[in-house]
Order: sequence, then C-alpha cells, then structure tokens
Amino acid sequence: MSLLTPEWTALLYLAAAVCFILALKGLSSPRTARRGNAIGAAGALLAVVTVFFSARLENIPLILVAIAVGSAIAVPVARRVQMTQMPQLVALFNGVGGGAAALVAVLELGHNEDPWVRLAVVFTMLVGAVSFAGSAVTVGKLQELISTRPLLFPGMPWVMGAVLLGAVISGGLVVLTGSLGFSLALLGLGLAAGLLLVLPVGGADVPIVISLLNAFTGLAVAASGVVLGNVLLLVAGTLVGASGTILTKVMASAMGRGVAGILFGAFKGGSTAGSTALSDRPVRCSSPEDVAVQLGYAQRVVIVPGYGLAVAQGQHTVAELATALAARGVEVVFAIHPVAGRMPGHMNVLLAEANVPYESLRELAEVNPEFANTDIALVVGANDVVNPAAKSSPGSPIYGMPILEVVQAQQVVFLKRSMRPGFAGIENELLHDPKTTLLFGDAKDSLARVLGAVKAL
Amino acid sequence: MGPVALLTVVVLAVFVGFEVVSKVTSKLHTPLMSGANAIHGIILVGAIIVAGQASDPWVLGIALLAVVLATVNLVGGFVVTDRMLEMFSGHKRARTPASTGAATAGGTAGTGHPGDGGSGGGVAGEGR
Repeated sequence: MSLLTPEWTALLYLAAAVCFILALKGLSSPRTARRGNAIGAAGALLAVVTVFFSARLENIPLILVAIAVGSAIAVPVARRVQMTQMPQLVALFNGVGGGAAALVAVLELGHNEDPWVRLAVVFTMLVGAVSFAGSAVTVGKLQELISTRPLLFPGMPWVMGAVLLGAVISGGLVVLTGSLGFSLALLGLGLAAGLLLVLPVGGADVPIVISLLNAFTGLAVAASGVVLGNVLLLVAGTLVGASGTILTKVMASAMGRGVAGILFGAFKGGSTAGSTALSDRPVRCSSPEDVAVQLGYAQRVVIVPGYGLAVAQGQHTVAELATALAARGVEVVFAIHPVAGRMPGHMNVLLAEANVPYESLRELAEVNPEFANTDIALVVGANDVVNPAAKSSPGSPIYGMPILEVVQAQQVVFLKRSMRPGFAGIENELLHDPKTTLLFGDAKDSLARVLGAVKAL
Repeated sequence: MGPVALLTVVVLAVFVGFEVVSKVTSKLHTPLMSGANAIHGIILVGAIIVAGQASDPWVLGIALLAVVLATVNLVGGFVVTDRMLEMFSGHKRARTPASTGAATAGGTAGTGHPGDGGSGGGVAGEGR
C-alpha cells in the first residue's frame, strides 16, 4: 500500500489537533457540548487512520485485533455503566491512558540516545505510572472498595520523600545509561508515588484528584510526543494538560479548597480527621404523611438532592414529587451544589436524565439568597453540602467550602438513610436543629411514600 | 522538528488549553473532564507506532497491551462523554447524535474485523 508523504501526514495530524481544540471549546458550553464531543471523536478517528498510512508498520493484523479488543471492552462498559458510577469509569479510563503512555515510553527507550529525549522518556514513565496508580486508588475510593477516609501511616511524608528521591535518582540514571533495569525501578517508584499521593486524600476531594490526574496523563502524553517525534501527541497532550489544570483549579475553588491543601492537607495531621462515630444525640423523626402535609401546604419548596438520591436511583421519583407539588401550586426548585453527587456537575446529569426541566435547577449563588423566604428545604440524601460547619467551625475539614444555606429556610426536612456522617466523615449540627425533622430510609422509598401521601392530600 | 519549534508548539498549546476552558459553567465540569480524558487517549497513535516497529515478541506484546489500554481510554472516553451529554440534550433529539459516538466506536472496532487478509483494505475504506 502506498504511504502518505510526511507533509500530508503532518497536515492530517494538524486537522486532528484542530478537531481536539474545537472539541474542548464545544464542551465548555451546554448547547455545543455534544457536537464538540463528536468532533473530538472524529479527530481521533482521523488521526488513528492516518497513522496506519504514515509509516510502514509491521504487525498490522495484530494491532487491529488489539484495537478491536480494546473497543470490545470499552464500548459495552461505557454504554451500560450506571450514571452514579460514571466518576469511577472516567477515573479508570484516565488510569489506563496513563499506563499506556508509560508503556510506550519504556519501549521507546532503546531507540533513543539523545539525553533530552531520554528525559522526556523518564517524565512520561514517571507521570504515566503516577496517574495509573493514583487513578486505581480513586476508583477504589469511589467504589468504596477502600476507605473513603484519608489513609495515613506514621512517617508517610518521609516515605513519600524517599520515593520521590529514589525516582529522581533512577530517572537520572535512565537518562545517563538508558538502562532498562533502572527504568523498571522508575516505573515501580512512580506507582508507589501514585498510591502515596492519593491514599491520604479524603473522599470528598477525590473528584478534584481525578481531574488533576487527568491533567497528569495529558502531560505524559505530551512528553511521549517528544519521545516519538509526533506533534499530534505533543499538542493533544499539552491541551489536556493545560485545560485539565485550569479545570482542577476551577473545581477546587468551587469547593473552597486549594489544590495543594487537598493533596497535602492530610500530611499536616489532624485537620482532615472527622468523626466516624454514630451520634446518639436526639433528633426529631417524622413520618411520610407529616412530610407530605408540610410540603403540600407550603408555598415554596427547595429540594436539595445529593449523592444518596443518586445511589438510591431516586432521581425519577424526586422529579415526580416536584411535578405533583407544582400541580398543587407549590413553587418547587432544585438547588444544585457544584459538587452534589460525586463529581462537579454530576447531579445535573442525573436530574437531566430524569427530565427535570432545566429552568427549575438553581446554582448555589442564585439560590442561597432565596432560602430565607423558603418554607421547606427538602434535603434528599445530601449532607456535607448543607453542613453549616463549613461556615462556622474553622477546625472542620470542610471549613471554607461554599454550602447551600438551607439553615436559613423556615423548616428543614432531611431524607436520610441513617445517622452515618456524609462522604467527608463529619457530623452535621443541622440535624439536631429544632426546626429540622428527619425521615429515615432509602431515598427512593421515602420519596415514593411521600409522593403517595402528597397525592392523597 | 527542532527543540525551539517544539517549545513554540507547546507554549501555544498551553495558552489554547487555558483559554478554551476558562469560562466553563460548573454544570459541565464532569463532561468536560471526561471529554479531555478521551482526548489524551490519542496516545493510541503512539502505541500503534511502537507496535508497528516491534520485532522482538516481548516488545510487541507490551506494545499491543498499550494499544488495548489506549483504545479503552480513547473509545470508552468518547462514548461515556456522549452518554452524559445525551442526558443534557433533552428527550426529543436524544437519539441522533448518539449514533455519532456509536459510529466512531463501531468504526474503530470495525477495522479489526476484516482480519482474514483484507485488513489493510478495510482501513483504506475507512480512510477515504
């Protein structure tokens, strides 16, 4: 088969890079997001087809089989995953991408004598391995396979320091000698660094770490572009690295956190330690019928959905409840915390899936001044995002995080599974407030019973 | 490409990357992260190049593993992003662009199927 000239290859790669820029641009606005994603996919397809014609490649049948295997794994998983488990899946995809970049770099080591290129090899291996191991830990935390609480052991900062020092030394040796043994050591140290970096991160901060690791993988891919002399990899990786860094900062500030504080806060000791003990202080319990009366005769209800709603798959029931209340003339809006669910914007996805109209979703800044003239704030499976400790107690791990100020509403109703503290592992004073009532149970069950009672009013 | 030219490309790409996402609404953080995640799956191109130059069976095996992993990242990333955005676009026109994502995935997977002799031709058909 005839090959493309280097000029044509470069032009086609340029077209693919433009597609990626348009994809990121499109994804930043709700109207164009879907088209943006499709343009990105088209660019990727163009690039993959181009590479087969850009150089004489061996093993083409095997490569095609490998691509088929990868697609056969990815497509069904991506299409069937529960929307609640999507953050894990994104983290998983990110991790395997980082792993792929690290493997590519290891294999290219033998072909390169230039110390600068070897430095790029070292960078790709290290960052790719950190991203792979770190993503694996985030998946474990999100699936609750490992504790969502910060995991620390005595002397951890020293171990981390030793690992990083070891990585610098073995990286230096790889640059000087090009030895495969040292690069395997480097990979091992990179994996260890990834584990040590993410294990101390508390559950509530995991989404930000996923975004950060996403930027890391981007940088690893960019460095692999230097290794392979491939401009497309360089451009695409740099784009993702840069946009991922900005996105991480934006997300962190939406939660009132600094990125450094998230990564190293646990090392300082004490601050991220919450309480796991179940509180035995008294709370006021309620029945579905009482809640239905409260809601049905209110003028204005603000529903605050949280992760509990998502796990219980209650988004359709809550949408029905909102419709039933609106039919009775109650003004119902949804207050969406930027990090409701497990990732920023996750709750918007879930409610959109349940056909909740876009106009009844309110963002934090819009809705907070409205709580004072709200009769009932109905908090469904959320906890940390309404915890007044974020404003009032400087020692709290969530101190400084912007919250939905449901405490300002006339009455607050919590639908909760148990008194177990939220993802951040801290107690919520609001639960013991005299104007708060609680209805225990699975969010979807409770909602269905409240909905039944509202219809019977 | 010389080092200065590479540096130029990197610096410009950094600014473009900063610029395109700087004004994103928090509603779209998750899909944007997922979309960016899919884009770095383009490491698949690198994995294909390495696998295509491999002669040692060990190197080939590891390179093919990298191809599988990169494909999972690339194809899975775009499909899952499309699914998230499908939720946003409302009930009416939900189906049409979904087939775009599926076609991309199917297309990449499809190149593997004409394995019995016609694989090169299959890719060519895809390209033109």
